[in-house]
Amino acid sequence: MNKREFLKGAIVFFPAGGALAALARQAMGKETGSAPAKDANGKKGYDPASHFYGMGVDIDKCIGCNRCAVACKAENDVPDEPFYFRTWVERYTIARDGEVVVENISLGARETTTQDAREIIRTFFVPKLCNHCQNPPCVQVCPVNATFTTADGAVIVDAERCIGCRYCIQACPYGARYLHPTTKTADKCTFCYHRLVKGLQPACVEVCPTQARIFGDLKSRASRLVRFRRLNKIHVLKPQLNTEPKVYYANLDGEVR
Amino acid sequence: MRIPEQVNRLAIVIGVLAALTLVTRFVLIPRSLVSTDLHWAAATQREAIKPVKFAGSTACQDCHEDVALKKAKSFHRALSCEGCHAPAARHADDPTAVKPPAPRDRKFCPVCHAYDPSRPTGFPQINPTAHNPLKPCVSCHNPHDPVPPKVPRECAACHGQIERSKAVSSHALVACTTCHKAPEQHRRSPRSALPSKPETRDFCATCHGQGTAAAGAPKEAPKVDVAAHGGRNLCWECHYPHLPEGRL
Repeated sequence: MNKREFLKGAIVFFPAGGALAALARQAMGKETGSAPAKDANGKKGYDPASHFYGMGVDIDKCIGCNRCAVACKAENDVPDEPFYFRTWVERYTIARDGEVVVENISLGARETTTQDAREIIRTFFVPKLCNHCQNPPCVQVCPVNATFTTADGAVIVDAERCIGCRYCIQACPYGARYLHPTTKTADKCTFCYHRLVKGLQPACVEVCPTQARIFGDLKSRASRLVRFRRLNKIHVLKPQLNTEPKVYYANLDGEVR
Repeated sequence: MRIPEQVNRLAIVIGVLAALTLVTRFVLIPRSLVSTDLHWAAATQREAIKPVKFAGSTACQDCHEDVALKKAKSFHRALSCEGCHAPAARHADDPTAVKPPAPRDRKFCPVCHAYDPSRPTGFPQINPTAHNPLKPCVSCHNPHDPVPPKVPRECAACHGQIERSKAVSSHALVACTTCHKAPEQHRRSPRSALPSKPETRDFCATCHGQGTAAAGAPKEAPKVDVAAHGGRNLCWECHYPHLPEGRL
Protein backbone atom coordinates (compact mmCIF):
# COMPACT_ATOMS: atom_id res chain seq x y z
CA MET A 1 0.00 0.00 0.00
CA ASN A 2 1.44 3.36 -0.90
CA LYS A 3 0.92 6.62 0.90
CA ARG A 4 -1.79 7.86 -1.50
CA GLU A 5 -4.01 4.81 -0.99
CA PHE A 6 -3.55 4.88 2.78
CA LEU A 7 -4.67 8.53 2.94
CA LYS A 8 -7.64 7.80 0.65
CA GLY A 9 -8.74 4.97 2.94
CA ALA A 10 -8.37 7.13 6.03
CA ILE A 11 -10.47 9.92 4.48
CA VAL A 12 -13.30 7.46 3.83
CA PHE A 13 -13.02 5.55 7.14
CA PHE A 14 -13.11 8.32 9.78
CA PRO A 15 -16.18 10.25 8.54
CA ALA A 16 -17.99 6.92 8.22
CA GLY A 17 -17.32 6.25 11.94
CA GLY A 18 -18.65 9.70 12.79
CA ALA A 19 -21.80 9.10 10.77
CA LEU A 20 -22.38 5.79 12.59
CA ALA A 21 -22.07 7.49 15.99
CA ALA A 22 -24.48 10.22 14.88
CA LEU A 23 -26.99 7.57 13.78
CA ALA A 24 -26.74 5.86 17.17
CA ARG A 25 -27.30 9.18 18.95
CA GLN A 26 -30.32 9.91 16.83
CA ALA A 27 -31.84 6.51 17.60
CA MET A 28 -31.42 7.16 21.32
CA GLY A 29 -32.91 10.62 21.06
CA LYS A 30 -36.06 9.16 19.53
CA GLU A 31 -36.47 6.90 22.51
CA THR A 32 -36.12 9.52 25.26
CA GLY A 33 -37.50 12.74 23.85
CA SER A 34 -41.25 12.69 24.25
CA ALA A 35 -43.93 15.35 24.59
CA PRO A 36 -45.29 16.11 28.09
CA ALA A 37 -47.88 13.49 28.95
CA LYS A 38 -51.44 14.38 29.84
CA ASP A 39 -52.79 13.22 33.18
CA ALA A 40 -56.08 11.50 33.97
CA ASN A 41 -58.10 14.74 34.08
CA GLY A 42 -56.98 15.66 30.58
CA LYS A 43 -55.06 18.57 32.13
CA LYS A 44 -51.73 19.27 30.53
CA GLY A 45 -49.03 17.61 32.60
CA TYR A 46 -46.06 19.24 34.18
CA ASP A 47 -43.49 20.27 31.57
CA PRO A 48 -40.06 20.71 33.18
CA ALA A 49 -38.66 22.52 30.14
CA SER A 50 -40.97 25.50 30.65
CA HIS A 51 -39.74 26.20 34.19
CA PHE A 52 -36.46 27.22 35.76
CA TYR A 53 -36.65 27.48 39.52
CA GLY A 54 -34.71 29.53 42.01
CA MET A 55 -35.12 30.85 45.52
CA GLY A 56 -34.77 34.25 47.12
CA VAL A 57 -33.84 34.83 50.76
CA ASP A 58 -34.34 38.19 52.46
CA ILE A 59 -31.89 38.29 55.39
CA ASP A 60 -33.66 41.29 56.96
CA LYS A 61 -36.85 39.29 57.35
CA CYS A 62 -35.45 36.10 58.87
CA ILE A 63 -36.31 35.82 62.57
CA GLY A 64 -34.37 32.60 63.12
CA CYS A 65 -37.42 30.59 64.21
CA ASN A 66 -36.03 27.49 62.47
CA ARG A 67 -39.48 26.50 61.15
CA CYS A 68 -37.98 25.96 57.70
CA ALA A 69 -35.48 23.38 58.91
CA VAL A 70 -38.18 21.61 60.94
CA ALA A 71 -40.62 21.59 58.01
CA CYS A 72 -37.92 20.31 55.65
CA LYS A 73 -37.18 17.38 57.93
CA ALA A 74 -40.88 16.54 58.14
CA GLU A 75 -41.48 16.81 54.41
CA ASN A 76 -38.41 14.99 53.16
CA ASP A 77 -37.81 12.32 55.82
CA VAL A 78 -34.44 13.79 56.73
CA PRO A 79 -33.00 11.84 59.69
CA ASP A 80 -34.02 13.27 63.04
CA GLU A 81 -30.52 13.62 64.45
CA PRO A 82 -29.81 17.33 64.76
CA PHE A 83 -26.79 17.27 62.45
CA TYR A 84 -28.52 16.14 59.23
CA PHE A 85 -29.94 19.03 57.23
CA ARG A 86 -31.16 19.88 53.81
CA THR A 87 -31.70 23.43 54.98
CA TRP A 88 -30.52 25.14 58.15
CA VAL A 89 -30.21 28.60 59.71
CA GLU A 90 -26.97 30.24 60.79
CA ARG A 91 -26.58 33.05 63.28
CA TYR A 92 -23.86 35.53 62.44
CA THR A 93 -22.51 37.66 65.28
CA ILE A 94 -19.98 40.33 64.41
CA ALA A 95 -18.12 41.83 67.35
CA ARG A 96 -16.56 45.25 67.73
CA ASP A 97 -13.08 43.82 67.24
CA GLY A 98 -14.11 42.28 63.92
CA GLU A 99 -14.43 38.74 65.21
CA VAL A 100 -17.19 36.83 63.40
CA VAL A 101 -18.95 33.97 65.15
CA VAL A 102 -21.16 31.67 63.09
CA GLU A 103 -23.51 29.31 64.91
CA ASN A 104 -25.86 26.81 63.32
CA ILE A 105 -29.02 27.43 65.33
CA SER A 106 -30.72 24.42 63.75
CA LEU A 107 -28.30 22.23 65.71
CA GLY A 108 -30.16 22.80 68.94
CA ALA A 109 -31.73 25.29 71.27
CA ARG A 110 -29.27 28.00 72.16
CA GLU A 111 -31.38 30.91 73.34
CA THR A 112 -28.98 33.74 72.60
CA THR A 113 -25.47 34.17 71.40
CA THR A 114 -22.56 33.38 73.67
CA GLN A 115 -20.87 36.72 73.16
CA ASP A 116 -20.99 39.76 75.42
CA ALA A 117 -23.95 41.81 74.20
CA ARG A 118 -22.06 45.12 74.48
CA GLU A 119 -19.33 43.92 72.15
CA ILE A 120 -21.72 42.99 69.30
CA ILE A 121 -22.08 45.47 66.47
CA ARG A 122 -24.19 43.38 64.08
CA THR A 123 -26.05 40.13 64.44
CA PHE A 124 -28.52 38.44 62.10
CA PHE A 125 -29.71 35.09 60.80
CA VAL A 126 -28.84 33.55 57.44
CA PRO A 127 -30.96 30.64 56.14
CA LYS A 128 -28.86 28.28 54.04
CA LEU A 129 -29.69 25.49 51.66
CA CYS A 130 -28.42 23.94 48.44
CA ASN A 131 -27.83 26.80 46.02
CA HIS A 132 -28.88 24.70 43.00
CA CYS A 133 -25.95 26.13 41.06
CA GLN A 134 -26.15 26.49 37.33
CA ASN A 135 -22.52 25.38 37.27
CA PRO A 136 -22.55 22.82 40.08
CA PRO A 137 -19.21 21.45 41.34
CA CYS A 138 -20.96 18.45 42.90
CA VAL A 139 -22.27 17.33 39.51
CA GLN A 140 -18.85 17.71 37.90
CA VAL A 141 -17.12 15.42 40.39
CA CYS A 142 -19.69 12.59 40.54
CA PRO A 143 -17.93 9.53 39.08
CA VAL A 144 -21.18 7.69 38.25
CA ASN A 145 -23.38 10.54 37.01
CA ALA A 146 -25.72 9.99 39.96
CA THR A 147 -26.29 13.68 40.57
CA PHE A 148 -27.52 15.99 37.87
CA THR A 149 -29.50 19.12 37.08
CA THR A 150 -33.08 18.61 35.99
CA ALA A 151 -34.53 20.61 33.10
CA ASP A 152 -36.31 22.89 35.58
CA GLY A 153 -33.10 23.75 37.40
CA ALA A 154 -33.08 21.51 40.48
CA VAL A 155 -29.90 19.61 41.31
CA ILE A 156 -30.98 16.19 42.55
CA VAL A 157 -29.39 12.86 43.46
CA ASP A 158 -30.33 9.49 42.03
CA ALA A 159 -30.15 7.41 45.19
CA GLU A 160 -30.23 4.17 43.22
CA ARG A 161 -27.13 5.07 41.26
CA CYS A 162 -25.17 6.86 44.00
CA ILE A 163 -22.32 4.75 45.35
CA GLY A 164 -21.82 6.90 48.45
CA CYS A 165 -18.26 7.92 47.63
CA ARG A 166 -18.76 11.36 49.24
CA TYR A 167 -16.90 13.24 46.48
CA CYS A 168 -19.87 15.58 46.01
CA ILE A 169 -20.07 16.27 49.75
CA GLN A 170 -16.44 17.37 49.64
CA ALA A 171 -16.93 19.35 46.43
CA CYS A 172 -19.92 21.41 47.55
CA PRO A 173 -18.59 24.81 48.65
CA TYR A 174 -21.78 25.50 50.59
CA GLY A 175 -21.79 22.34 52.71
CA ALA A 176 -25.28 21.54 51.48
CA ARG A 177 -24.89 17.77 51.17
CA TYR A 178 -24.73 14.98 53.72
CA LEU A 179 -24.49 11.21 53.61
CA HIS A 180 -27.84 9.67 54.50
CA PRO A 181 -27.15 7.28 57.39
CA THR A 182 -29.58 4.55 56.28
CA THR A 183 -29.31 4.57 52.50
CA LYS A 184 -25.58 5.49 52.64
CA THR A 185 -26.06 7.75 49.64
CA ALA A 186 -25.57 11.48 49.26
CA ASP A 187 -28.69 13.46 50.09
CA LYS A 188 -29.54 17.12 49.60
CA CYS A 189 -32.22 19.73 49.04
CA THR A 190 -34.29 19.03 45.93
CA PHE A 191 -36.33 22.29 46.09
CA CYS A 192 -39.01 19.78 47.21
CA TYR A 193 -39.19 18.51 43.63
CA HIS A 194 -42.22 16.33 44.40
CA ARG A 195 -44.09 19.49 45.45
CA LEU A 196 -42.99 21.58 42.46
CA VAL A 197 -44.44 19.15 39.96
CA LYS A 198 -47.78 19.46 41.75
CA GLY A 199 -47.65 23.26 41.68
CA LEU A 200 -46.88 23.59 45.41
CA GLN A 201 -44.10 25.58 47.01
CA PRO A 202 -41.19 23.93 48.83
CA ALA A 203 -42.02 23.13 52.45
CA CYS A 204 -39.58 25.70 53.87
CA VAL A 205 -41.14 28.48 51.79
CA GLU A 206 -44.62 27.27 52.71
CA VAL A 207 -44.06 27.62 56.47
CA CYS A 208 -41.77 30.68 56.60
CA PRO A 209 -43.74 33.08 58.85
CA THR A 210 -42.08 36.28 57.64
CA GLN A 211 -41.78 35.50 53.91
CA ALA A 212 -38.02 35.62 54.25
CA ARG A 213 -37.91 32.86 51.64
CA ILE A 214 -39.33 33.50 48.18
CA PHE A 215 -39.67 30.76 45.61
CA GLY A 216 -40.35 31.21 41.95
CA ASP A 217 -39.81 30.45 38.33
CA LEU A 218 -37.11 32.47 36.60
CA LYS A 219 -38.72 31.79 33.21
CA SER A 220 -42.02 33.39 34.21
CA ARG A 221 -42.12 37.17 34.23
CA ALA A 222 -44.92 37.16 36.80
CA SER A 223 -43.16 35.00 39.37
CA ARG A 224 -42.49 36.23 42.88
CA LEU A 225 -38.81 35.48 42.50
CA VAL A 226 -38.48 37.71 39.45
CA ARG A 227 -40.21 40.50 41.38
CA PHE A 228 -37.92 39.82 44.36
CA ARG A 229 -34.89 40.16 42.11
CA ARG A 230 -36.23 43.39 40.65
CA LEU A 231 -37.02 45.07 43.98
CA ASN A 232 -33.93 44.08 45.98
CA LYS A 233 -30.21 44.38 45.72
CA ILE A 234 -29.22 40.81 45.11
CA HIS A 235 -26.13 38.88 46.01
CA VAL A 236 -25.20 35.20 45.95
CA LEU A 237 -22.93 33.17 48.22
CA LYS A 238 -19.29 32.78 47.11
CA PRO A 239 -19.69 34.37 43.66
CA GLN A 240 -15.93 34.10 43.15
CA LEU A 241 -16.28 30.34 42.63
CA ASN A 242 -18.36 30.84 39.45
CA THR A 243 -20.89 28.26 40.58
CA GLU A 244 -23.70 30.60 39.50
CA PRO A 245 -26.07 29.84 42.39
CA LYS A 246 -29.83 30.14 41.95
CA VAL A 247 -30.43 31.02 45.60
CA TYR A 248 -30.44 34.81 45.67
CA TYR A 249 -29.86 36.72 48.89
CA ALA A 250 -31.15 40.23 49.56
CA ASN A 251 -29.50 42.42 52.21
CA LEU A 252 -26.63 39.99 52.56
CA ASP A 253 -23.81 41.10 54.85
CA GLY A 254 -20.27 40.99 53.50
CA GLU A 255 -19.17 38.73 56.34
CA VAL A 256 -21.45 35.89 55.24
CA ARG A 257 -19.47 33.06 53.75
CA MET B 1 0.03 -3.55 -6.52
CA ARG B 2 -1.01 -6.91 -5.07
CA ILE B 3 -2.17 -7.08 -1.44
CA PRO B 4 -0.68 -10.09 0.34
CA GLU B 5 -3.16 -12.85 1.31
CA GLN B 6 -2.45 -12.62 5.07
CA VAL B 7 -3.26 -8.91 5.10
CA ASN B 8 -6.68 -9.65 3.61
CA ARG B 9 -7.37 -12.30 6.25
CA LEU B 10 -6.22 -9.97 9.01
CA ALA B 11 -8.52 -7.26 7.65
CA ILE B 12 -11.50 -9.64 7.83
CA VAL B 13 -10.69 -10.56 11.45
CA ILE B 14 -10.34 -6.88 12.41
CA GLY B 15 -13.57 -6.09 10.60
CA VAL B 16 -15.47 -8.84 12.48
CA LEU B 17 -14.02 -7.67 15.81
CA ALA B 18 -15.03 -4.09 15.06
CA ALA B 19 -18.55 -5.19 14.10
CA LEU B 20 -18.83 -7.25 17.30
CA THR B 21 -17.71 -4.27 19.39
CA LEU B 22 -20.30 -2.03 17.73
CA VAL B 23 -23.07 -4.61 18.20
CA THR B 24 -22.17 -5.06 21.88
CA ARG B 25 -21.99 -1.33 22.48
CA PHE B 26 -25.19 -0.30 20.72
CA VAL B 27 -27.38 -3.44 20.78
CA LEU B 28 -26.42 -5.79 23.60
CA ILE B 29 -25.69 -3.24 26.34
CA PRO B 30 -29.01 -1.77 27.46
CA ARG B 31 -29.42 1.94 26.78
CA SER B 32 -30.04 2.70 30.43
CA LEU B 33 -26.45 1.71 31.18
CA VAL B 34 -24.82 4.14 28.80
CA SER B 35 -27.34 6.94 28.44
CA THR B 36 -27.59 9.40 31.32
CA ASP B 37 -30.86 10.70 29.87
CA LEU B 38 -32.76 7.54 30.67
CA HIS B 39 -31.63 7.03 34.23
CA TRP B 40 -31.84 10.73 34.96
CA ALA B 41 -35.42 10.75 33.72
CA ALA B 42 -36.16 7.73 35.91
CA ALA B 43 -34.59 9.39 38.95
CA THR B 44 -36.53 12.60 38.30
CA GLN B 45 -39.72 10.58 38.06
CA ARG B 46 -38.95 8.78 41.35
CA GLU B 47 -38.36 12.16 42.98
CA ALA B 48 -41.59 13.58 41.57
CA ILE B 49 -43.86 10.87 42.94
CA LYS B 50 -42.71 11.16 46.57
CA PRO B 51 -45.64 11.84 48.90
CA VAL B 52 -46.46 15.40 49.94
CA LYS B 53 -46.78 16.06 53.70
CA PHE B 54 -47.66 19.77 53.70
CA ALA B 55 -51.00 20.32 52.01
CA GLY B 56 -50.52 24.09 51.55
CA SER B 57 -52.64 26.93 52.95
CA THR B 58 -55.04 26.93 50.01
CA ALA B 59 -56.08 23.40 50.93
CA CYS B 60 -56.89 24.57 54.48
CA GLN B 61 -59.01 27.48 53.23
CA ASP B 62 -61.40 25.16 51.40
CA CYS B 63 -62.89 23.95 54.69
CA HIS B 64 -61.77 26.47 57.33
CA GLU B 65 -62.94 29.57 55.56
CA ASP B 66 -63.93 31.41 58.76
CA VAL B 67 -60.47 31.11 60.26
CA ALA B 68 -58.83 31.94 56.93
CA LEU B 69 -60.87 35.15 56.60
CA LYS B 70 -60.06 36.20 60.16
CA LYS B 71 -56.38 35.45 59.74
CA ALA B 72 -56.23 37.25 56.38
CA LYS B 73 -56.90 40.57 58.16
CA SER B 74 -54.60 39.95 61.12
CA PHE B 75 -50.90 40.42 61.80
CA HIS B 76 -50.51 36.68 61.18
CA ARG B 77 -51.88 36.93 57.62
CA ALA B 78 -48.61 35.79 56.05
CA LEU B 79 -48.31 32.70 58.23
CA SER B 80 -48.99 29.29 56.82
CA CYS B 81 -51.54 27.23 58.77
CA GLU B 82 -49.16 24.28 58.82
CA GLY B 83 -46.37 26.35 60.34
CA CYS B 84 -48.16 26.06 63.70
CA HIS B 85 -50.49 23.10 63.13
CA ALA B 86 -47.83 20.74 61.69
CA PRO B 87 -47.98 19.09 58.23
CA ALA B 88 -51.59 18.28 57.44
CA ALA B 89 -51.78 16.56 54.05
CA ARG B 90 -53.17 13.45 55.74
CA HIS B 91 -55.78 15.59 57.50
CA ALA B 92 -56.74 17.14 54.15
CA ASP B 93 -57.17 13.66 52.65
CA ASP B 94 -59.24 12.33 55.53
CA PRO B 95 -60.46 15.20 57.76
CA THR B 96 -62.19 13.05 60.38
CA ALA B 97 -59.55 10.39 60.98
CA VAL B 98 -56.48 12.60 61.36
CA LYS B 99 -56.60 15.82 63.38
CA PRO B 100 -53.68 18.26 63.25
CA PRO B 101 -52.36 19.41 66.63
CA ALA B 102 -52.86 22.95 67.95
CA PRO B 103 -49.97 24.10 70.13
CA ARG B 104 -51.30 25.81 73.25
CA ASP B 105 -48.37 25.79 75.66
CA ARG B 106 -46.02 28.66 76.39
CA LYS B 107 -43.12 27.00 74.64
CA PHE B 108 -44.46 27.41 71.13
CA CYS B 109 -45.09 31.13 70.56
CA PRO B 110 -41.63 32.18 71.89
CA VAL B 111 -40.08 30.16 69.05
CA CYS B 112 -40.75 33.30 67.03
CA HIS B 113 -41.58 35.91 69.66
CA ALA B 114 -38.91 35.47 72.35
CA TYR B 115 -36.44 38.33 72.45
CA ASP B 116 -33.33 37.58 70.44
CA PRO B 117 -30.75 40.24 69.57
CA SER B 118 -30.29 38.70 66.10
CA ARG B 119 -33.95 39.19 65.17
CA PRO B 120 -34.76 42.14 62.94
CA THR B 121 -35.63 45.41 64.67
CA GLY B 122 -39.36 45.97 64.99
CA PHE B 123 -40.33 42.33 65.09
CA PRO B 124 -42.61 41.87 68.14
CA GLN B 125 -40.58 40.14 70.83
CA ILE B 126 -41.13 39.44 74.53
CA ASN B 127 -39.11 38.15 77.44
CA PRO B 128 -40.88 34.85 78.15
CA THR B 129 -39.78 34.75 81.80
CA ALA B 130 -41.14 38.22 82.60
CA HIS B 131 -44.15 38.34 80.28
CA ASN B 132 -47.14 37.08 82.30
CA PRO B 133 -45.38 33.91 83.43
CA LEU B 134 -47.42 30.70 83.73
CA LYS B 135 -50.26 32.02 81.57
CA PRO B 136 -50.66 30.33 78.18
CA CYS B 137 -50.29 32.83 75.32
CA VAL B 138 -53.76 31.98 73.95
CA SER B 139 -55.46 33.27 77.13
CA CYS B 140 -54.67 36.87 76.05
CA HIS B 141 -53.74 36.63 72.33
CA ASN B 142 -55.81 34.88 69.70
CA PRO B 143 -53.21 33.27 67.43
CA HIS B 144 -55.46 33.75 64.39
CA ASP B 145 -55.79 37.48 65.16
CA PRO B 146 -53.01 38.48 67.57
CA VAL B 147 -53.26 42.02 68.89
CA PRO B 148 -50.46 43.78 70.73
CA PRO B 149 -51.23 45.27 74.17
CA LYS B 150 -53.01 48.57 73.92
CA VAL B 151 -51.58 51.87 75.19
CA PRO B 152 -52.61 55.34 74.02
CA ARG B 153 -51.20 55.54 70.55
CA GLU B 154 -50.12 59.15 70.90
CA CYS B 155 -47.61 58.30 73.65
CA ALA B 156 -46.40 54.97 72.25
CA ALA B 157 -45.56 56.55 68.94
CA CYS B 158 -42.54 58.26 70.49
CA HIS B 159 -42.09 56.53 73.84
CA GLY B 160 -41.98 52.98 72.48
CA GLN B 161 -39.39 51.77 74.95
CA ILE B 162 -41.50 52.92 77.91
CA GLU B 163 -44.56 51.39 76.30
CA ARG B 164 -42.88 48.03 75.91
CA SER B 165 -41.59 47.84 79.48
CA LYS B 166 -44.92 49.05 80.89
CA ALA B 167 -46.84 46.53 78.81
CA VAL B 168 -45.19 43.62 80.63
CA SER B 169 -45.33 45.23 84.08
CA SER B 170 -48.08 45.20 86.69
CA HIS B 171 -48.84 48.78 85.56
CA ALA B 172 -49.82 47.49 82.10
CA LEU B 173 -53.43 48.60 82.54
CA VAL B 174 -52.60 52.02 84.00
CA ALA B 175 -53.01 54.55 81.19
CA CYS B 176 -50.20 57.01 80.56
CA THR B 177 -52.65 59.86 81.24
CA THR B 178 -53.34 58.57 84.76
CA CYS B 179 -49.95 59.87 85.87
CA HIS B 180 -48.95 62.32 83.12
CA LYS B 181 -50.94 65.32 81.92
CA ALA B 182 -49.62 66.09 78.45
CA PRO B 183 -50.51 69.52 77.05
CA GLU B 184 -51.78 69.47 73.48
CA GLN B 185 -48.69 71.38 72.38
CA HIS B 186 -46.46 68.48 73.51
CA ARG B 187 -47.62 66.48 70.50
CA ARG B 188 -46.69 69.17 68.02
CA SER B 189 -43.52 70.41 69.66
CA PRO B 190 -42.43 67.93 72.33
CA ARG B 191 -39.68 69.92 74.03
CA SER B 192 -41.54 73.20 74.27
CA ALA B 193 -44.25 71.81 76.55
CA LEU B 194 -43.36 68.86 78.73
CA PRO B 195 -45.97 66.57 80.26
CA SER B 196 -46.39 66.64 84.02
CA LYS B 197 -44.99 64.02 86.37
CA PRO B 198 -46.37 63.10 89.81
CA GLU B 199 -44.44 65.28 92.25
CA THR B 200 -45.75 64.13 95.60
CA ARG B 201 -45.73 60.88 97.56
CA ASP B 202 -49.47 61.30 97.98
CA PHE B 203 -50.01 60.62 94.29
CA CYS B 204 -48.74 57.03 94.48
CA ALA B 205 -50.60 56.68 97.76
CA THR B 206 -53.92 57.00 95.93
CA CYS B 207 -53.39 53.35 94.97
CA HIS B 208 -50.62 52.11 97.24
CA GLY B 209 -51.49 53.91 100.52
CA GLN B 210 -53.24 52.28 103.46
CA GLY B 211 -56.76 53.01 104.70
CA THR B 212 -59.06 55.66 103.30
CA ALA B 213 -56.39 57.21 101.06
CA ALA B 214 -56.62 54.26 98.67
CA ALA B 215 -60.33 53.59 98.94
CA GLY B 216 -61.09 53.22 95.21
CA ALA B 217 -57.81 51.50 94.33
CA PRO B 218 -57.53 47.94 93.03
CA LYS B 219 -57.16 45.41 95.85
CA GLU B 220 -54.09 43.69 94.38
CA ALA B 221 -52.00 46.88 94.44
CA PRO B 222 -49.39 46.45 97.21
CA LYS B 223 -50.11 48.75 100.18
CA VAL B 224 -47.56 50.62 102.30
CA ASP B 225 -47.73 53.16 105.08
CA VAL B 226 -46.69 56.16 103.01
CA ALA B 227 -45.77 58.33 105.98
CA ALA B 228 -43.32 55.76 107.37
CA HIS B 229 -42.04 54.13 104.12
CA GLY B 230 -39.00 55.50 102.36
CA GLY B 231 -38.09 58.53 104.48
CA ARG B 232 -37.87 61.79 102.51
CA ASN B 233 -37.42 60.18 99.06
CA LEU B 234 -40.03 60.46 96.36
CA CYS B 235 -41.50 57.10 95.27
CA TRP B 236 -39.92 57.10 91.81
CA GLU B 237 -36.46 57.66 93.27
CA CYS B 238 -36.51 53.97 94.33
CA HIS B 239 -39.34 52.42 92.23
CA TYR B 240 -39.39 52.77 88.43
CA PRO B 241 -43.09 53.39 87.77
CA HIS B 242 -43.03 51.92 84.23
CA LEU B 243 -41.68 48.60 85.49
CA PRO B 244 -42.20 48.51 89.26
CA GLU B 245 -41.06 44.89 89.58
CA GLY B 246 -37.79 45.58 87.86
CA ARG B 247 -34.58 46.29 89.76
CA LEU B 248 -33.00 49.66 89.10
